[in-house]
Amino acid sequence: MAASTFQETTSTATAGSGRNLVVVDNLVMHFPLTQGIIFQRQVGAVRAVDGISFFVEKGETLGLVGESGCGKSTTGRALLQLYEPTGGSVRFDGTELTTLKGESLRKMRRRMQMIFQDPYASLNPRMTVGDIIGEPIEVHHLAAGRKKQDRVQELLKVVGLNPYFTNRYPHEFSGGQRQRIGVARALAVEPDFIVCDEPISALDVSIRAQIVNLLEELQGKFNLTYLFIAHDLSVVRHISDRVAVMYLGKIVELADRKELYDHPLHPYTQALLSAVPIPDPKIEAKRRRIILTGDVPSPVNPPSGCRFHTRCWKAQKICSEVDPEFIEHSARHWAACHFPG
Amino acid sequence: MSANLLEVKALKTQFFTRDGVVHAVDDVSFELAVGETLGIVGESGCGKSVTALSLMRLIPNPPGRIVNGTILFEGQDVMKLDDDDVRALRGRKIAMIFQDPMTSLNPVLTISRQISEALELHLKMDRAESRKRTIELLELVGIPSAKKRLDDYPHQFSGGMRQRVMIAMALSCNPKLILADEPTTALDVTIQAQILQILKDLSQEFRTAFILITHDLGVVAGMTQRIHVMYGGEIVEKADTFELFDNPKHPYTWGLLKSIPRLDEQRREKLQPIEGLPPDLIAPPPGCRFEPRCTYKRDRCSAEHPGLRQALNAKDGHETRCFGTQPGAMNGWLAQTDWRREIGSIEVLEQVKQQVAELPPEAVRAATSDVPPPPAAER
Amino acid sequence: MATITASQQRALDMNVITRKQRSLWMDAADRLRRNKAAMAGLFVILGFALVAIFADLRVGPLHIQLAPYDPTCYFYLNGHTACGGDVVGARSGPPTANPFWGANADPRFLLGTDQIGRDILSRLMFSARISMVIGFVPVVLYFLIGGTIGLAAGYYGGWIDNLLMRFTDIVYAFPDLLLLIIIMATIRNTWIGDIMGGLFLMFIALSIVNWVGMARLVRGQVLSLREKEFVEAARSIGAGPVRIMTRHLLPNSLAPVIVSMAFSVPLAIFAEASLSFLGIGIKPPTPSWGVMINEGFVVFTGTPSMVLLPAACIALVMLAFTFLGDGLRDALDPRMKL
Repeated sequence: MAASTFQETTSTATAGSGRNLVVVDNLVMHFPLTQGIIFQRQVGAVRAVDGISFFVEKGETLGLVGESGCGKSTTGRALLQLYEPTGGSVRFDGTELTTLKGESLRKMRRRMQMIFQDPYASLNPRMTVGDIIGEPIEVHHLAAGRKKQDRVQELLKVVGLNPYFTNRYPHEFSGGQRQRIGVARALAVEPDFIVCDEPISALDVSIRAQIVNLLEELQGKFNLTYLFIAHDLSVVRHISDRVAVMYLGKIVELADRKELYDHPLHPYTQALLSAVPIPDPKIEAKRRRIILTGDVPSPVNPPSGCRFHTRCWKAQKICSEVDPEFIEHSARHWAACHFPG
Repeated sequence: MSANLLEVKALKTQFFTRDGVVHAVDDVSFELAVGETLGIVGESGCGKSVTALSLMRLIPNPPGRIVNGTILFEGQDVMKLDDDDVRALRGRKIAMIFQDPMTSLNPVLTISRQISEALELHLKMDRAESRKRTIELLELVGIPSAKKRLDDYPHQFSGGMRQRVMIAMALSCNPKLILADEPTTALDVTIQAQILQILKDLSQEFRTAFILITHDLGVVAGMTQRIHVMYGGEIVEKADTFELFDNPKHPYTWGLLKSIPRLDEQRREKLQPIEGLPPDLIAPPPGCRFEPRCTYKRDRCSAEHPGLRQALNAKDGHETRCFGTQPGAMNGWLAQTDWRREIGSIEVLEQVKQQVAELPPEAVRAATSDVPPPPAAER
Repeated sequence: MATITASQQRALDMNVITRKQRSLWMDAADRLRRNKAAMAGLFVILGFALVAIFADLRVGPLHIQLAPYDPTCYFYLNGHTACGGDVVGARSGPPTANPFWGANADPRFLLGTDQIGRDILSRLMFSARISMVIGFVPVVLYFLIGGTIGLAAGYYGGWIDNLLMRFTDIVYAFPDLLLLIIIMATIRNTWIGDIMGGLFLMFIALSIVNWVGMARLVRGQVLSLREKEFVEAARSIGAGPVRIMTRHLLPNSLAPVIVSMAFSVPLAIFAEASLSFLGIGIKPPTPSWGVMINEGFVVFTGTPSMVLLPAACIALVMLAFTFLGDGLRDALDPRMKL
């Protein structure tokens, strides 16, 4: 229902122009909870992503923010078909991904890649850097032998590492360098679209900027489109063109960066923005924080109506009864709230 | 004696590993007044957590040892106390809040058992009394329907709630000093805001002194009166909070401030990362420890190790460990530098970048390997 | 500013010295080398292996024979020798020669002979062969069977996992030794029991009983690894199931598997000895430590050395493998606790 209004407003833009690289429509990702040893029956579901719609334009960076457990990482994975979505559609450059299987899906993977959060867990510790970066090249038969070696070395150079590191193992590198290796692996297949899943949150402060700059640089160089998933609003503001805010499996607000940060409509976005500490004691002394009470409810059993109503200071009776629609309040600024602004 | 609650002098903690001696904390001195909140800022591996553990005498031995230094707490030298007295101090007078609320609570004990343990041990309360006090404490840290949740187990609480329980535990004996080691790093922003608010209220209400250890400059900006910046096991800059953000005097602090995007930044500026990697604490650079990554350096920086001195053009008590901002005949070349605009020498920047790309991974590994974790069981 | 600073020089120097790649396996080998007990164990095992190999080795014209005699030859008191005769079972009676410390020692037979005149030292050496083979071959079989099943169950999950693991549970539920005895006792006297002097049947029986543990171990490893980001990364670049299993899951689950294999070897040796002692293991006259204990048992009061010598060999090998296994465990993952 919510998606349809969003659909109405975006369908004209989507249909002909081809400006949108990825169009997600009413994507649902539920993880079944089962019981029983031999005959497993479903007793419920973790509704990690519960009907979200958005689009990513060619060449832009869409930031996806939310707190842990809101479903932002699941969204990225379901979008890349690393999970099989429970429902909805994901169109990539006009091709429906959710119905692709086997070989045709494998071919599509060449065009969309992922950079992972934990640079310590995302690289196989038993493989050399050369093998790690060379694997996608091998899998897609892009090059072999000497040519593959050259390509790997070139990729290492592109991400700012010494090209002679190909025989090294991941544990010999620092976190920031490993993340660079992860970036090189993603770039190896020359993708159009990269999902960056919290690529800097596991890194040290002084290293984060190095990776952010690298990502920005590569975007210009290779004409990449990013979905940048993060919980850090400052970084998302820095890197994104547009920003989507997620809460408990739903996108509650989506707008251009400046618009979202200057005029947040959804109370959750407002609370989120006010909670981010700013490294300036003068500003901090003057700021008024909206301190939300309580915790994020469980995605197994989300609240009725608007999912935020249990923590919202504006909540009225209607909020617990009717799920607000995702409506375009001003140009390219969508929000799902009964009392926006 | 002085009015300071805590005085640390020339603290030096080392870890003796197979690869060599890790100079985790090197000649750290600071003091803390009653009720004051001090921020210690730095990256992982800079020695900030080891400093906190040293204050509690919680350094795992072997491989670690406090090699030198005095820790005066209420005029009493913690270093000279025997084990029983140190245990009496921990939890009673000095409490600690750890980063990870998931692992620092015992999963098989109820919340009330864990909190009342300290009460019964240190304050010799009986069951009923300690139970009453536990409820008070849980209410104090904002746990809803505290009475009902008393007999719950840690896994029944969310991350934010567990951190509140940790704070309640730390508060249980009305300590004079609370060491909070990255208390909000594992939490979401909205929960972080809640926890920071609680800590702030507590420090005002009970005049508890805090040492807030974090990598997040945003967190310390709103919470502390003074800040010490640590790098490579040393304090490189000391200033009061307003002064530090207004008029920082060490290139590392500049780098930190320039490398983080700010929520209130007006236009999309390119971030300026600190190139390179933190120093290898087994064989730290002979001169200034930040010299290999510094773009403002001069020849002197690699030859001589700078001391912590009063900075030029700064408020009294603003100390820096940088020749460029210290007085002296050959010093002070950075006294007038506008850190927001000038990025130092471009050639040096390129050199550093180049050096990192070619750095042998072994050096990297040594530089970034974490110091052994603190013994969680000690509590 | 063209001059090179001290720290740059240091970095350059280090570049030269430390340019050596290290895999996690090499790190582990280093740690193992520093473990004295494990190395002692390894030496003992190597010693037994060498004795086993060179007890009687013929490769073309080359002939090395460490064992003084054929273990199936009888040396009568009158100096007469008989070889190749198939004398099943042992008649009771005193040995023809005691070990060198005994009263009735014969310089030709260092450790004496048994009650039917076979040289004990030679028999011990040839037994080492059986033990080494019985130690290693079934363990490789466990790995092949259990590894494949565990890998498939863990990776595919769902009904495949359910089917395979329930089957595994059923096998697991049988008491090991009982199952072994049943298999050996029923099949031993058929033609299968005659292949390689009963060795083949032992391999099969041990494998049937013991692959289960390996399957469960590998499955557990795979289940935890499957959720790791590097496996997800492999899927995201379009790697197929076979590639993911062989390049990513298997190499990373190998460490505990190797440790478990090191601990399985002595257990297999022990099982063989037990079965042979019960008379349902290796078929005489092929010597094995278990067979020797069985045969010596009858004259234990008179000549305890006939039982104690093979028993000491078993104990030594078991101990050596346990030390090595412990060492491997510590070396492969300092944090892993089995």
